[in-house]
Amino acid sequence: MYWNQKAECMPRDELRELQLERLKQTVSRVYHDVPHYRRQFQEIGVRPEDINSLEDLRLLPFTTKQDLRDNYPYDMFAVPLSEVVRIHASSGTTGKPTVVGYTRRDLATWAELMARALVCGGASRQDVIQNAFGYGLFTGGLGIHYGAECLGASVIPISGGNTKRQVMIMKDFGTTVLTCTPSYALHIAEVMAEMGVKPEETKLRCGIFGAEPWSENMRRNLEAKLGIDAYDIYGLSEVIGPGVAMECQGKHGLHIFEDHFIAEIIDPQTGEPVAPGEPGELVITTITKEAFPLIRYRTRDVTAMIEGECPNCGRTHMRIGRITGRTDDMLIIRGVNVFPSQVESVLLSIGYTEPQYLLIVDREGNLDTLEIQVEVSSQFFSDKVRGLEELEAVIRREIESTLGISAKVRLVEPKTIQRSEGKAVRVVDRRQI
Amino acid sequence: MPVKQISVFLENKSGRLAAVTRTLAAAQINIRALSIADTSDFGILRLIVNDPDRALSVLREDGFTVGQTDVIAVEMPDQPGGLAGVLDLLEQAQLNVEYLYAFIGRGSNGALVIFRVEEVEEAQSKLSQAGFRVLEGDALYSL
Ligand SMILES: [Zn+2]
Repeated sequence: MYWNQKAECMPRDELRELQLERLKQTVSRVYHDVPHYRRQFQEIGVRPEDINSLEDLRLLPFTTKQDLRDNYPYDMFAVPLSEVVRIHASSGTTGKPTVVGYTRRDLATWAELMARALVCGGASRQDVIQNAFGYGLFTGGLGIHYGAECLGASVIPISGGNTKRQVMIMKDFGTTVLTCTPSYALHIAEVMAEMGVKPEETKLRCGIFGAEPWSENMRRNLEAKLGIDAYDIYGLSEVIGPGVAMECQGKHGLHIFEDHFIAEIIDPQTGEPVAPGEPGELVITTITKEAFPLIRYRTRDVTAMIEGECPNCGRTHMRIGRITGRTDDMLIIRGVNVFPSQVESVLLSIGYTEPQYLLIVDREGNLDTLEIQVEVSSQFFSDKVRGLEELEAVIRREIESTLGISAKVRLVEPKTIQRSEGKAVRVVDRRQI
Repeated sequence: MPVKQISVFLENKSGRLAAVTRTLAAAQINIRALSIADTSDFGILRLIVNDPDRALSVLREDGFTVGQTDVIAVEMPDQPGGLAGVLDLLEQAQLNVEYLYAFIGRGSNGALVIFRVEEVEEAQSKLSQAGFRVLEGDALYSL
């Protein structure tokens, strides 16, 4: 099932033609209407008429989060504020938030992309969608909301939090589709179990989860605990919000809606494209956005392109793998690049079903230290000291061989590692303080 | 029926043991014997209680990591050499004792000691054959 079959299944050559035409328009527009881009283009001596093929995209400069901060709040907008009908902002954990604007047509585009995404995950106008993404400046809540309305589904705008009420409403209102972050979905599942509500007592059949990286194991876990099919959705507020890419029911890769975005995967160090299938940083150029177009935006999300046609759904748009980390989550410990997701994969590989862990990086003298706290689950608990020491040793050994550095492993009690209802905290770096 | 022991994972920080005993007290569960093994990072609390199944579920509900293991309760003469006799017997039978601890109350004829071995049934029958009194779970919980 498709929302817009013509666009989603467009033959590749036709799609590329459309991309080029839209890219040229976008480049010309930002050159004339956004001083930041004109300065950047002039600095490296490139003009809009130099863009004659999709490959020429690589002549253009990257745009970074810092550029957005430097142009806070509105200086990257390509239309006057009178044309802007909605403003969102991403949380500014470091400094000022990133502000994005939408024209009326941008909102229509976004709603269509979200409707496509929901249909891609198997939703239809018959569904009751419980939208537990946060509403507000964050694009998650309203993005899904307008997509669900555009689709014609019944949307419950419950937003995040008050988990017992989420469960009650899910049961009483006959929710069929849950949308939220995967960690919040897990929290809902835990609360559901604590309340003694079984998945069979609800009509839930599908979950569309995103806004943070998650794993195949977490998918299986969520599917088992909630009795659903779980799908990964990708987006970021700078680009448009949720609805940039969506997994189809084949559950193997996310289709990027390429008639609106051009995706590249680059080596974060060199800026050069990586070989197809190799992991790298996702870079996105928007080619239809009016208020806030972006040229080669460095998402800092790490993923890999999945080559070949999708064997499952007939969509022609390229697929990316799950986001496996953030280029800025990368820790450099004793000179070694470490991603928290590597620790997760170690714990999964030794049989943890839902690892809860925290990396604590510190410095003693001139030497970086890494402590990894891991919650002991009942599954691995032993009444013998030796049993737990062996568990610690196995984790330590596996971590060492995966990360290439040694770490102290500390077993901690369940639920001692902070769970936030939005994003999970995985790293405490005390070296900065 | 062997004796069911409850074990609880504890981080070495203040208040954790008190939290366990609070949970048990609130559920009106009586502790009959206990021991704590600890390392520099964590501890394992082992408990014999009057209602092990309910103890397991209330502790789990309160978010503790809990296990249940079969152990043996042996009554032995409360006199020099009492424990040595039991340990000698187990050693001769090549049954490895992981750990042991004393019961808080007393049996009818002497001291009670809890043994953790891998081969619970074998140890039980060896001890019974040798004339030691091995207590059933139900008998012990209600002591
Ligand atoms: Zn597909």
